[in-house]
Amino acid sequence: MLLDWFAGIGRNGINATMTLGRAGIMLFNALWSLPNIRKNTPLLIKQLFVVGVQSLAIIIVSGLFIGMVLGLQGYTILVGYGAENSLGPMVALSLLRELGPVVTALLFAGRAGSALTAEIGLMKATEQLSSMELMAVDPLRRVIAPRFWAGVLSMPLLALMFSAVGILGGHLVGVEWLGVDSGSYWSVMQAAVDLKDDVMNGFIKSVAFAFVVTWIAIFRGYDCIPTSEGISKATTQTVVHASLAVLGLDFVLTALMFGE
Amino acid sequence: MNNRKIEVLVGFFIAAGIAAFLFLALSVANSGGFSNGDSYRLSAKFDNIGGLKVRSPVKVGGVVVGRVAEIKLDTNSFMAEVVMDISVDYKDFPETSSISILTAGLLGEQYLGLEPGFMMEGIETLKPGDYIQDTKSALVLEELIGQFLFSQGGED
Repeated sequence: MLLDWFAGIGRNGINATMTLGRAGIMLFNALWSLPNIRKNTPLLIKQLFVVGVQSLAIIIVSGLFIGMVLGLQGYTILVGYGAENSLGPMVALSLLRELGPVVTALLFAGRAGSALTAEIGLMKATEQLSSMELMAVDPLRRVIAPRFWAGVLSMPLLALMFSAVGILGGHLVGVEWLGVDSGSYWSVMQAAVDLKDDVMNGFIKSVAFAFVVTWIAIFRGYDCIPTSEGISKATTQTVVHASLAVLGLDFVLTALMFGE
Repeated sequence: MNNRKIEVLVGFFIAAGIAAFLFLALSVANSGGFSNGDSYRLSAKFDNIGGLKVRSPVKVGGVVVGRVAEIKLDTNSFMAEVVMDISVDYKDFPETSSISILTAGLLGEQYLGLEPGFMMEGIETLKPGDYIQDTKSALVLEELIGQFLFSQGGED
């Protein structure tokens, strides 16, 4: 009885370790080769379009609304202390340090990560990956690598746009609507926001999230059980695991960067 | 969708990302200011520095002339030693200058206020590495209340 219980723990541990190992081997094989610039650039551009450009609308709209909500909520709290001039740094710091990278990563996992998993999973289920191997085309390098780099490159850019649009959204609500002075919105913000500590640390965060989310999305698709049920399960797992990984990693990175 | 159109859209996407970065770097963040420029160091010893922090500003008449570079405890005198980076644009303060720890507003950040002393013959200017002798410590609210209560008790 007790032994079965320990065996269950052991089985889960072995499975988790093996999954992590397979994911590492997949990533290593996909990326460990000199890229053929002439042949791979069109593939990368295609994936940048699918992963990056097509995620632009959701990122811009959510960034605008989150900035506007921050402006509204921040104003109602700060005006109680007569400190509504600090609205600018409040909006900018919360976007640059936390909300920009994290919300972008969560939206990206839902918008682009699930699509990557489903696409690669269906390729596996319809045996497109196997037929590529038969034609002596390495599917890891032709299918996986461009998608991985497209995700890693586009998500930090999306996070930067999210923060920029959010700050403009906060300006829209705080200055145009609620009447905070425009000059103090920008100048107090500039005094409080540091290029290295805030902008660059947020950027490093979004690069780390991009790596994790894209890796999980691609591996879940590549590793799925090649049935319709398996693909649907893999897509769910991508969104759940990527979101949890982002939130957990965010705490660790925040503690390393901002916890003194 | 043909290849050309995709390339153009991806180009716009990357340009928009770089534009967002430039906006954040130039318009939202302070790009360091003079903190990257040339500076020289002055030091001062305080009994109590209150809530002063590294990178707190040093002001002369409200104008930021430098920042706190380092805070440490002098183990001989057990006084707090504050090292400041002062921009080379502002030099030749007289050695009779005094420095005090002030607070911006009621709840604001603490900063160093440098008050230039009088200039006359026989009085030298502060050189890099010099100590400012005349210092006034931070006001600590608890000590202030303690003094007030003590003086109240004495009158009765």
